[in-house]
Amino acid sequence: MSKTNPVAASSKAKAAEADAKDADTKAASAGKDAPNPEAFLSVRDLRIHFDTDDGLVRSVDGVSFDLETGKTLGIVGESGSGKSVTSLGILGLHRSKRARISGEVWLDGEELISADPDRVRQLRGEKMSMIFQDPLTAMHPYYTVGAQIVEAYRVHHPQASKKAARGVAVEMLDRVGIPQPDRRVDDYPHQFSGGMRQRAMIAMSLVNNPKLLIADEPTTALDVTVQAQILDLIRDLQKEFGSAVIIITHDLGVVAELSDDILVMYGGKCVEKGTSETIFTAPEHPYTWGLLGSMPRMDRELQDRLIPVKGSPPSLINLPKGCAFNPRCPYAELTGGKSTTETPQLIEVKPGHRVACHLPEEKRHSIFRDEIAPRL
Amino acid sequence: MVAYIIRRAFAAVVLLLIVSAVTFGIFFLVPRLAGETTQQLASQYVGRDPSPQAVQSIIHNLGFDKPVYQQYWEFIHGIVAGRTFNDGPTPTHCAVPCFGYSFKSHLPVWPDLTQRIPVTLSLALGAAVIWLVSGVAIGVLSALKRGSIFDRLSMGVALAGVSLPIFFTGLLSMDLFSFQWPIFSNLHYVNFTDNPLMWAKNLVLPWVTLAFLYSALYARLTRAGMLETMSEDYIRTARAKGLPERKVVTRHGLRSALTPIITIFGMDFGLLLGGAVLTETVFSLPGVGQYAVQAITDNDLPKVMAVTTLAAFFIVVANLLVDLLYAVVDPRVRLS
Amino acid sequence: MRRTKAAALVAVATAAGLTLSACSSSGGSGGSGSSTYNAANTSVVNASSHTGGTASYQLSSTPDSMDPGNTYYAFMWDFSRLYARPLVTFNPAPGNAGLQLKPDLATGLGTPSDGGKTWTYHIRSGLKFSDGTPITTKDVKYAIERSNYAHDVLSNGPTYFAQYLVDNSSPYQGPYKDKNGGLNSIQTPNDTTIVFHLKQSFADFDYLVSNPETAPVPQAKDNGADYVKNIVSSGPYEFQSYQDGKGATLVKNPNWSQASDPVRKQYADKITLAFNQQQTTIDQNLMADNVTMDLGGAGMAADSQATALANPQKKTHIDDVQSGALAYVALSSQVAPLNNVHCRQAVQYAIDKTSVQTATGGDVHGDIASTILPPTVTGHTDFNLYPTSGNKGDDSSDGLAAAKQQLKLCGKPSGFSTNIAARSDRPNEIAMATAIQASLKKVGINVQIQQYPSGKYFADDAGAPAFVHSHNLGMMMMAWAADWPTGYGFLEQILDGNAIKASGNSNLSELNDPAINKMLNDAIGNTNDAQRNQAWGAIDKAAMQQAVIVPLLYRKDVMYRPDSATNVFVNPAYGMYDYLTVGSTK
Repeated sequence: MSKTNPVAASSKAKAAEADAKDADTKAASAGKDAPNPEAFLSVRDLRIHFDTDDGLVRSVDGVSFDLETGKTLGIVGESGSGKSVTSLGILGLHRSKRARISGEVWLDGEELISADPDRVRQLRGEKMSMIFQDPLTAMHPYYTVGAQIVEAYRVHHPQASKKAARGVAVEMLDRVGIPQPDRRVDDYPHQFSGGMRQRAMIAMSLVNNPKLLIADEPTTALDVTVQAQILDLIRDLQKEFGSAVIIITHDLGVVAELSDDILVMYGGKCVEKGTSETIFTAPEHPYTWGLLGSMPRMDRELQDRLIPVKGSPPSLINLPKGCAFNPRCPYAELTGGKSTTETPQLIEVKPGHRVACHLPEEKRHSIFRDEIAPRL
Repeated sequence: MVAYIIRRAFAAVVLLLIVSAVTFGIFFLVPRLAGETTQQLASQYVGRDPSPQAVQSIIHNLGFDKPVYQQYWEFIHGIVAGRTFNDGPTPTHCAVPCFGYSFKSHLPVWPDLTQRIPVTLSLALGAAVIWLVSGVAIGVLSALKRGSIFDRLSMGVALAGVSLPIFFTGLLSMDLFSFQWPIFSNLHYVNFTDNPLMWAKNLVLPWVTLAFLYSALYARLTRAGMLETMSEDYIRTARAKGLPERKVVTRHGLRSALTPIITIFGMDFGLLLGGAVLTETVFSLPGVGQYAVQAITDNDLPKVMAVTTLAAFFIVVANLLVDLLYAVVDPRVRLS
Repeated sequence: MRRTKAAALVAVATAAGLTLSACSSSGGSGGSGSSTYNAANTSVVNASSHTGGTASYQLSSTPDSMDPGNTYYAFMWDFSRLYARPLVTFNPAPGNAGLQLKPDLATGLGTPSDGGKTWTYHIRSGLKFSDGTPITTKDVKYAIERSNYAHDVLSNGPTYFAQYLVDNSSPYQGPYKDKNGGLNSIQTPNDTTIVFHLKQSFADFDYLVSNPETAPVPQAKDNGADYVKNIVSSGPYEFQSYQDGKGATLVKNPNWSQASDPVRKQYADKITLAFNQQQTTIDQNLMADNVTMDLGGAGMAADSQATALANPQKKTHIDDVQSGALAYVALSSQVAPLNNVHCRQAVQYAIDKTSVQTATGGDVHGDIASTILPPTVTGHTDFNLYPTSGNKGDDSSDGLAAAKQQLKLCGKPSGFSTNIAARSDRPNEIAMATAIQASLKKVGINVQIQQYPSGKYFADDAGAPAFVHSHNLGMMMMAWAADWPTGYGFLEQILDGNAIKASGNSNLSELNDPAINKMLNDAIGNTNDAQRNQAWGAIDKAAMQQAVIVPLLYRKDVMYRPDSATNVFVNPAYGMYDYLTVGSTK
């Protein structure tokens, strides 16, 4: 597991670091510096940068959040916003030598970024586990579903016999709702339907009863009806296991009912963070508005009421100056030019609700009230 | 499964028939179409200054006086049911599979050819072990240490390996290790059953030479396959489970990366059994390849037919085995 | 040399020269020589009665057959004597002594009667095959019948006996088709006597019976082509194993007795043969002293030669051996304007033989020739009818003048155009033809090189007179050696008008001079050795006056003898080392 090594970093990277530190100092005033001892998971100023031939990619650039046991956090953003990179960073799955990781990840009182990689490995799958987007590619095609669950179990229960582990696998398949689990346990992933595969994937993630479950776009590859079943399953299992859950998605709809808190990411940074209710009822960041507007809803009749976010996600190598969202922001000119010169800080606007936007607070409220809310 | 094998075996027989028919056509029909008379054809096989009577006898003995399709039919018939020849002091029966008698030495072809198989098999097996182990190991390490000195160095050597002809590497290794520093001096093939130690000692250089070419190829293939596999989602899943990296690489990465290697290996090995022509020539090994070269230089048609059919047989069987094996290795593959 | 690859090696079978030995002070002495360059050409190197060990032979190809009745390769005629005893054989001695015939199975050389048309031999009594059965003259008769009259089964060997012996009233079909009869012209009045009846007087008959075809074969053990797999030995070694195309192992034959055999020794315990070895590997093995002999006896590969000759220590193990073959250009007596003797003589004067020699790799590969008979063939007389300074042809002023003079006499003072045929797969031949083309150009003779594959050179191209005429092949590259080292063996096929054939012709010049035909016929009927041998030189000279052959080079081969090989010498009869007495200290 590589960490940032300032000595080894190129001068270009160093400059970037300095730049980032600058922003960090300002953010520190917002009072998010110290890890929260209450939280089961506490992420502080997580930065994950990659050296590439084209330059330094700042995939995650100073993200902080807390998550308590039994709670669900939704991380929302477009592809390339850094949400998946964040989750892989928590699990310590960035193995490339070109990855530069800094910040802190506290899991149940243990700091993971500076921890011994093997220690993190032991925690992986045991205390924290992950569900991936496409269960067909995420499961090994050459091993039976059962074997893969057994493997996940036995790596953390080396004393368990194969037979016992198989029993656990069957039980887990049963719990995630696979019919005839004692028979299906010997099937290969390709013999399962998409939804079944994701159930099996969930069974595999939960086999060691992890305290933290990260679900990365768990329903994207599935059709709509199955999506709902899987989300229900995750919610049910969370209750049953009492884990902390992070759901990563580009679709606010997915997290609408599941999440306690929502973190909106853009260009590797957190642009808005709040309770689920706040984000859905009183969002303050224009990007969040866009996400809400592009959320497909059963009750929405007219397609023209969708407010898509125009333009495409920014390049993480050459982020726009100032507010990274400014080229796409319909209200950028209302900031009086600040949006192109100054990086907005994540400021707490209400307890538990933080926004990084240059627009004056009243302006944000009025725009949402007058222009956005009626169209949602 | 059984039905599949039967169907494939049937297809293999048809393929072998086609191969033999084409080969037969090339060597028996084309010269006639090019205007060679039966006398001219036969006179190649009667030594020097043959009398017209001797040529006539040879024409008869070799069956050149019959239409080509009938000669082919007798050839096939001989393989399936054997033939009886009556041109020596006593009639001789040529047992199944009868590939006839050499036009040059008048000795039955099949027993001599089958004697060559252990030599080629010895060469191919030993080389295969070396190239599989070294090629796969180097490929995996290169992939895992992508961009390292080891990776660059081994890929450089591998590029040389696939580019340098056996004629060069073989002669060089022989000159170095057989003559300059005579570690493996006086190379000559020894039967495994006669003296396993000498068998191995005399085959080390041919093995290494042949394996060098293939392990270079396999190192590159394995590296490419490994790089591709290690970026698969299921590898990330394996890591997310908390599997130690060693297990991730071996159980999850290698397993997938090696699957295409099996196919290529099967084909390569099958091809080699049909004769590692260059290696056998360079190291003077009396294998199937050397037999084939000799047969072609002598224009000894029954030998050419036999060795072609044998080589085609090995390839067809290797192909079938690879397909069966593939179904075992990759559960997604259905045999139907 | 005759037409096949086999022939290339057969070529070597003739060789030897009274002339050479006459000039050689140590010739025939058989004395032991130390290992120096060319030592084995004139003396026995490493003379030793050391017994035991294994003599190992390697060969870059395969023999046509190891069956003594089915081989035309010179090295097999040499080697087969270790397990197959012909009636007579060449004396195992260096120099001119090696050309002498010695009784082998027979108690003496043949006794001619009826003016050389009947030949009688007696064989030693008490001889046994390796299987313990006694050897009789019936086994010799049978061996000749199977090798000469069953050519559809045993197709490789020569058929001189079939050519010269009187046939049955209805043509004899050989022992395989005619299972009860036999050839009436070979009689075996008792177990030790054999009598041959010939169609014509044939003074060289002793040479014919030196062929391994006269080595006895027990009819009961003969299974045709398969006999090669279980040859019954009459010599000091018998087969322990034989694998077609791979090799063989021979061990001592317990039923052979030294007392019955004046020419052989049984030094090595074992003899191994390995076929299809790379020539360069064989050379390396010889130089590393891993093997005893290169069975082929055709010389080292070009690059090994260069290495070995450049190394003073290795050079002492090298012999530059007269192969007995002549490289020449045949000038057609039928293709204009070469049908005019003066045009042919112009070519004789014009060709720069020095440049031809250089083109083939220099003097280790051949001495410049001025006669048809090489110096190692009985009957060779030294003369040069078309001398030019330094053998440089028209590159010398006298050669240029003589060539121009002849062109004028021919009526082509400014030269003419013609074609020269050469074998496309023989780089040496192409190189020589190119050198010839260059030197003829100087006198206005423009020559186009026409290449043909060697496989059909005699059957369809240069050896087919109709083709030669229609394609205007005035000149044809050729290499020739005889099957036995006498003037007749060498000259008859290439000079006798009666030998011209529509296909497979060796008399490429189509010389049909009644005088020369008669000289050949008279000489072979003359059982007086001295007169006969003198005649060969006269025939050579007569043919050279006709200018139908431009002798280029007496070919030589570079051979290597390792330290561990004992009793090594070159037998001029085979143009290679004599394998009869070779032992090994390994």
